[in-house]
Amino acid sequence: MSTLAVDRDEAPLIRLAGLRVSFGGPADAVCDVSFALQPGRALAIVGESGSGKSVTARTLVGLTGGRARVGVDRYEYRGRDVSALHDREWRRLRGKEIGFVTQDALVSLDQLRPVGKEVGEGPRLHGEAGSRAQLRARVVSLLRDVGVPEPELKARQLPHELSGGQRQRALIAAALALDPALLIADEPTTALDVTIQAQVLELLEATRERGKALIIISHDLAVVSRMADDVLVMRYGEVVERGPADAVFGDPQHAYTRKLLDAVPSAHSRGARLSPSSAPRLATASSDDRTHVAERVGGFDGPLLRATGLFKSFRGPDRVSRTVVQDVSFELGVGETLGIVGESGSGKSTTARLVLALERPDAGTVELAGKPWSQLAERERRSRRQDVSVIYQDPLSSFDPRWPIERIVRDSVDKSHIGDGRARVGELLDLVGLERSLRHRRPLELSGGQRQRVAIARAIAVDPAVLVCDEPVSALDVSIQAQVLDLLADLRDELGVSLLFISHDLGVVHHLSDRVLVMKDGIVVEQGLADDVFLRPQHPYTQHLVAAVPRLEVEAPRVAA
Amino acid sequence: MARRLGGAVFVLWATATFTFVVQLFMPGDRATMIINTQAGNLQSPSAEQLAALNARYGFDDSYLAQYVRYIGDLAQGDLGISYNQHQPVTEIIAAQIGPTIVLTLSALVLAWLISLVVTVLATGRDNAWSRAATGFQIVTAALPPYWIGTIFLVVLSVQLGIFPVEGSNTLVGTILPAFTLAIPLSGFLGQITQDEFARVLDQPFVTSSRTRGIGDLGVRLKHVLRHAVLPAVTLSGWALGALFSGAVLIEVVFSRQGIGGVLVQATNGRDIPLVTGVMLASAAMYIVANLLVDIAYRFIDPRLKSA
Repeated sequence: MSTLAVDRDEAPLIRLAGLRVSFGGPADAVCDVSFALQPGRALAIVGESGSGKSVTARTLVGLTGGRARVGVDRYEYRGRDVSALHDREWRRLRGKEIGFVTQDALVSLDQLRPVGKEVGEGPRLHGEAGSRAQLRARVVSLLRDVGVPEPELKARQLPHELSGGQRQRALIAAALALDPALLIADEPTTALDVTIQAQVLELLEATRERGKALIIISHDLAVVSRMADDVLVMRYGEVVERGPADAVFGDPQHAYTRKLLDAVPSAHSRGARLSPSSAPRLATASSDDRTHVAERVGGFDGPLLRATGLFKSFRGPDRVSRTVVQDVSFELGVGETLGIVGESGSGKSTTARLVLALERPDAGTVELAGKPWSQLAERERRSRRQDVSVIYQDPLSSFDPRWPIERIVRDSVDKSHIGDGRARVGELLDLVGLERSLRHRRPLELSGGQRQRVAIARAIAVDPAVLVCDEPVSALDVSIQAQVLDLLADLRDELGVSLLFISHDLGVVHHLSDRVLVMKDGIVVEQGLADDVFLRPQHPYTQHLVAAVPRLEVEAPRVAA
Repeated sequence: MARRLGGAVFVLWATATFTFVVQLFMPGDRATMIINTQAGNLQSPSAEQLAALNARYGFDDSYLAQYVRYIGDLAQGDLGISYNQHQPVTEIIAAQIGPTIVLTLSALVLAWLISLVVTVLATGRDNAWSRAATGFQIVTAALPPYWIGTIFLVVLSVQLGIFPVEGSNTLVGTILPAFTLAIPLSGFLGQITQDEFARVLDQPFVTSSRTRGIGDLGVRLKHVLRHAVLPAVTLSGWALGALFSGAVLIEVVFSRQGIGGVLVQATNGRDIPLVTGVMLASAAMYIVANLLVDIAYRFIDPRLKSA
């Protein structure tokens, strides 16, 4: 069994050979994974969902879970065979020798216990707590070390009183509490804003510099490329490529690795397709049932959508009113894509709701094709509602789970009065690249990418002039994200629909948008052409955002589109 | 808190008003009825007898005047005089409510203990024990208390002689009735708690705690349990009210002292003030139970304090 090239001077901290995990399905969840890792080095395991990367990580601490069958040729920790430990022996290793930062930081702390209790849990379990005062002091210093502000206060607070980044830090502090020699971090930056993500990566980097070994599990190649010495690329439970990070990212050997690298949207991918374009461009919809957007707009040649001086505030549970959208103005032309970027709480989703007329602005107006939109009474607006359509991050929650796909799309088709219902559903499924045979499936029987295609089919069924996309690809794997982004670009080009594209991911926005709006705390801090904003940012906040984005350290040669 | 107290007063007022209105619509003349039940047979009372009674109970006054007097008395803790027992209703209830409360609370505690032990030991473990425990909870949730009570009496008291047949308010005498009430409730609470427990066992924070080296029992007791009891705690206010009603029945089955006996007598004797009193006591019990649940909930889920 070949392991990664290692520095022969130093014995590996952990050595794994021939790991296999099965959950009883036809295929193994993990198949023949091997690696060795020395102190002070970082190993990245990358892959998409279902690749077996998280299962591998959990198996390293004996927590594969329920009915898993685990087999391994060799598993050594500090030269000691740990392949057949009992749970009691594992517990001595967990936390003490191997720290583990679990996935989903936002829900990985016990919501009913103060944060300090979770951080101090390791020392207490391993009999190193000392007196109450000693433990409290230790918890506070741990929180301070990972950069949690006001550690004394935060230790006493409940997880929901901390921000997402603070929770992620506290979770890392809990994993580092007993100064373990190995830290395993499973998707440590997913769901974090880009500036927070950069800080957490710095924290992990610092841990490694203190001589700890680090295993980082991620779907995000850019995050990994920055930290890792060695990389394992996994797919369907198998390692498809391995080697030093420079080599894997700079000169990928396996087709899958290349596909992953190509799928990452960025400035460089603008105008190019992200997914292997074996599929033909969109089948054009039959012309008889299409009124072209420009025609419908009726010779109006101004911007399709015009927002002027929008304000919106909400009253919180403490009865303090907060302005979440302040003086936001923009225009969206026919067939144009306007990207809105910003971190959580920046007001981008509220802006989308104002455009959709789901909220009424406190001040300012939204006009559609030169006619009033936001000021209309709902009764007058309803007949025009199909001009503005929407897709969300989580299509599943916007479907009735008991309805088959056919009925979900049909529901929207019937409201549009375009074409014959049944035929039109088939046509729409073709248009979004879904097999017609899927029409009888239910949402839960589809993959994440397929569900988002259904959502898009439903959204365009009413032949909208504007399609609002609120984080439409944030929950998707990078290769699926690439396909959905390609689909949206095709729809825009073929149907002439305008996109209002909201995302926290600067790369995605840069890839797709013509013009960009950068929002912070409800204010548009910068807007302009995508290249101007991202390549020559003027506002300090935009500069800060752009600098925080992790980039592939090695630029992969891009396959021509 | 002030809003809650206001709500409690409102519920009591509504109950009192409801019972007042109901008794107005009861068939038959009230004075005649009182004389009949006191005499124990049907008779045609003379006009003087009726006039005396009507004057004494104020039945001649307008309904509004009667209502105002009734609510006024109630506010001062005066529930009137029992028609049959000629004692103040408050005194009768005060004398009998103690055993009922003891029975109700013991049953609630027992039900919780049974359901928690079964839940913590059995949930999420793929073995025969776990399946047996789930089956046990479904069966017990379906058993009617009066049936359990009868079986207990026949088997444990009459045939085996372990427990007294006649009800007594001693600790031993409370065991059977308390279990009788607790068993179906434990099945019910257990089913809810077990579902939630299984769900919480799979939560990321539980895995997270395991990676710090906590053992399985430790994670169940320290992390999962607290989350898992919340839905059943919410229902405990309702459960306590239901137990109180159940206790009234079980007291009769076990010929035990308590509100049950009072209610049976009062209903048979059409003793309106006493029935009203028992109803108000039940309502008060229900209100107190829900206040206790609120307090317990805040204790278990500290997120509510800061909200």
